[in-house]
Amino acid sequence: MSNTPDGLKYAKTHEWIKDNGDGTVTVGISDHAQELLGDLVFVELPEAGSDIAAGDEIAVVESVKAASDIYSPLSGKILGINDVLNDAPESINDSPYEEGWLFTLKMTDKSELDALMDADAYTKHAQDEEH
Amino acid sequence: MDKKTILNQTHHNLGARMVPFGGWEMPVHYGSQIEEHHAIRQHAGMFDVSHMQIIDLKGSDCKRYLRHLLANDVGKLKSTGRALYSCMLNSQGGVIDDLIVYFMDETWYRIVVNASTAQKDLGWIMEQVGVFGVEVLPRSDMAMIAVQGPKAIELTLPLLNEELREAAADLKPFSAVWDPSWFVARTGYTGEDGFEILLPQGDCIALWNDLVDAGVRPCGLGARDTLRLEAGMNLYGQDMDETTTPLVSGLGWTVALKPEERSFIGRGPLEKQKREGIPQQLVGLVLEGRGILRSHQKLFAADKQIGEITSGGFSPTLERSIALARIETGSPHGFDVEMRGKRLPVKVVKYPFVRHGKLATKL
Repeated sequence: MSNTPDGLKYAKTHEWIKDNGDGTVTVGISDHAQELLGDLVFVELPEAGSDIAAGDEIAVVESVKAASDIYSPLSGKILGINDVLNDAPESINDSPYEEGWLFTLKMTDKSELDALMDADAYTKHAQDEEH
Repeated sequence: MDKKTILNQTHHNLGARMVPFGGWEMPVHYGSQIEEHHAIRQHAGMFDVSHMQIIDLKGSDCKRYLRHLLANDVGKLKSTGRALYSCMLNSQGGVIDDLIVYFMDETWYRIVVNASTAQKDLGWIMEQVGVFGVEVLPRSDMAMIAVQGPKAIELTLPLLNEELREAAADLKPFSAVWDPSWFVARTGYTGEDGFEILLPQGDCIALWNDLVDAGVRPCGLGARDTLRLEAGMNLYGQDMDETTTPLVSGLGWTVALKPEERSFIGRGPLEKQKREGIPQQLVGLVLEGRGILRSHQKLFAADKQIGEITSGGFSPTLERSIALARIETGSPHGFDVEMRGKRLPVKVVKYPFVRHGKLATKL
């Protein structure tokens, strides 16, 4: 069974969002998503400083199997990216919620957080998709 | 409903991620495709390949029939137990499937074809029998395990019965030995040494478990694909199909145009293509920068499209992306791949990329 920690928010497109409480969030992909993708071998991250809207395609993760687009769950400005992933994309497989984070973002509209799912709702969503 | 091999429950018990493949439910990996890949390059791993179709051809006309059916010439098989890789072509010279044929005796040949094309192949093979004295016997009673890697033979031999063990220990590459129930061939699809074992379904789970106990790692179809790509082996449906001839698919070496009097199906169109100039060729590619080459990505020299990738992916051994691509003959050796709207330089290299655990080309 995949790990879906409480206290994070989740998007339908399998990103997790951690509210850092200071107007910024950290974004990654869920354990369920990395399991579906298989071994990750390449990550293309957004540029720090770029302005993005919720739903924009802003990153690509590629596994041995396929390429998968990552969508920004929220609108805002990219603050930082996880450079470690350039050389160690497998960090996403090994530690999707810690070492494998993708980017941090300064939100322009905090109310967008309310549209995201909690752990229970995401678990159910992931199960529904499997069947 | 996808078909299940005799090992289906075993795969589930081992925690495999199962996917539909060619009408079968098959394991794509058991946790990590890359670790499975390395296990076969460095030690030993195994695949359940029971979804592949084994077909026995029996009768006094077997040899004549196969010399008509196949683009390679079974006349090259001089002693029993020898194997030959061949394409089976349609009348336009397009590839219906690629296969291995084993010479069992003067009235018995065994062939193994791809799972996804099995029904089509069987239909074609039966249709071509016509007046030949040949019986076509699909062997759905048999299962098949491929054990591959530098330690594969050493770890497998103790699990064979004594008579078979002695014969299998002396096998040359591309040869097979058998007893009334088991068949052991020194063949594979990984670029490593190893055996492919065809055996009664009832014996299969026990052999699989014994191999696991001997330290042979279960590997899924994902690793099978990256291993065969590194080994520069074509995959049917990607690198060739019914619309392409072997000559534009890097398989000219498998077409026996001599002796000239052998008239096999598809011969005319191949001779014509050869006479008029082979328009395309299959080449190996390495991506210079970051990213992953994938099938169907387009290749450009300046602004002209010169071809596309037929098989691409990440090479765990080389830790970079490699591909097979079909390009126009005479294209310059420097060109770009289009990846998500961007053009990135790729380099043409000789393939295989990897053989017997080591780099086999110049990057």
